[in-house]
Amino acid sequence: MSELRILSPTAILGYGFPLSSFQAGLDRDPHVIAVDAGSTDPGPYYLGAGKSFTQRAPVKRDLHYLIQAALERRIPLIIGTAGGSGAKPHVDWTVSIVREVLGELKATAKLAVIYSDVDRDFLLKEQRRGRVQPLGPVDDLTEEEISESVHIVAQMGLEPIMQALEEGAQIIVAGRAYDPTVFAALPVLKGYDLALALHMGKILECAAIAASPGSGSDSLFGYLHDDCFVLEALNPERTCTKLSVAAHTLYEKSDPYSLPGPGGRLDLRQTNFQELPGGKVKVWGTRFVPTEKYFLKLEGARRVGFRTISIAGVRDPIMISQIDEIIAAVKERVADNFRDLRDYQLHVHRYGKDGVMGSLEPQAQPAHELGLVMEAVAPTQEIADTICSFFRSTLLHYGYPGRKSTAGNLAFPYSPSDISAGAVYRFNVYHLLEVDDPKGLFSMEIREE
Amino acid sequence: MRYVKDVASVIRSKNAGPYELTFDLMFPDEETYEQVKHSITKEKIAALYKIEESQVLSIVHFAPAHAVKVTIVRPRASGDLGETDVYGAQQHAPLLELTF
Repeated sequence: MSELRILSPTAILGYGFPLSSFQAGLDRDPHVIAVDAGSTDPGPYYLGAGKSFTQRAPVKRDLHYLIQAALERRIPLIIGTAGGSGAKPHVDWTVSIVREVLGELKATAKLAVIYSDVDRDFLLKEQRRGRVQPLGPVDDLTEEEISESVHIVAQMGLEPIMQALEEGAQIIVAGRAYDPTVFAALPVLKGYDLALALHMGKILECAAIAASPGSGSDSLFGYLHDDCFVLEALNPERTCTKLSVAAHTLYEKSDPYSLPGPGGRLDLRQTNFQELPGGKVKVWGTRFVPTEKYFLKLEGARRVGFRTISIAGVRDPIMISQIDEIIAAVKERVADNFRDLRDYQLHVHRYGKDGVMGSLEPQAQPAHELGLVMEAVAPTQEIADTICSFFRSTLLHYGYPGRKSTAGNLAFPYSPSDISAGAVYRFNVYHLLEVDDPKGLFSMEIREE
Repeated sequence: MRYVKDVASVIRSKNAGPYELTFDLMFPDEETYEQVKHSITKEKIAALYKIEESQVLSIVHFAPAHAVKVTIVRPRASGDLGETDVYGAQQHAPLLELTF
């Protein structure tokens, strides 16, 4: 029986890994090293602004060891959702670090770069053809939203990465990619079962988070066979248990039995998990159910303005008892003073009342002290600064009914009290696009570096 | 009547993509899981979070992890204006009041 071995060094490129775990993985003679670099979890800013939520230094540290090991062993290194969000600036940022590392190692490599950006005019045409549909509780995509998007990416399936491997790429930097693809591309190319390869990738993409105790900055190893796969933690302090691996299937998804991706979904209804000696877990029985048409998931973000915030505490019980009315009244003062500026948003987070849960908060009784985060978002930073500052100074001296504390209503931890927080983005595309060719949207550049 | 929190090993919340919020309630063994799973209903979740039942998208029983998974519509897309919890990691507290 054949076996294909995959080393997943860390949950996110830049989150790090113990060198002892990585070495233990190399000692098991992997056929490929693959790592996912992305997530939508840190919110829309990173896709919108074209910046990574990880820092350059830790990403470079990880890449140094990964590139060195891959080139020495002549095995491919595959990086998915480069730079966190996988749009062109994120991919180019990652490629610049790869180049820097290659220079320092005095090495050359055949590098494949796969872009996943979706052209706005192309998407407008596809939208008019009825080839775009919402994914989950999302509104239909409008032409305005498409036009206003800063970056739109499509989540690639296996096909573009398999092509890069076929063309002999040693290092693959992929834009937005369905998380399991970087792990499953080589096995599927070699004829292994698609469902098992994808399911193993689904678990490997979070590395040692699927072990017990879990960690996002430690390695996990996968052995793929014809009829099953086996997972092994590489740090002696962790083991894979039936529960840790099965529980990971729940993480950040809504239905653990049905995991949709490009071209179809994984069906886990018949999946079995079995513990093996030595802290390993064997998995089998997963099926892949192809969709009739091939859909790619799109993600986009648009800029909504600029933000300024101010942080302050309130300890006066008389003020706390009427905080909602006071905030509403001060908002009105602001509106009255800036009648020509309608295009701003003012929001006050009230920690100690409902700062964490907002409208979902069932608890009505506030705490003895409140933390307020006053937030203005406006079309320019200057207007946001102005609105936040005016709201803050008005609230500081606002004379509410029954007030005893006439010197000031707010306790500021900082001087200056206001912080200009820069551009604000929101997710505005989370849709499915029907395509005829799974590779058509993704452009690839291969060259010797 | 007992509190679910007294027998559960994990009660957590997290985004499932930017538009959904998902809760995992995990139990230490099959027996506890079987005992509790049917007492977690859409009706109870809607009442705890003061939302319409239609906002509770699914309740899935996942035997391999002795887990019940509940998914609701996020009050707003992750990071939209008015956001309180970008990762959705601190929205579980009302579940500590669940009983069976």
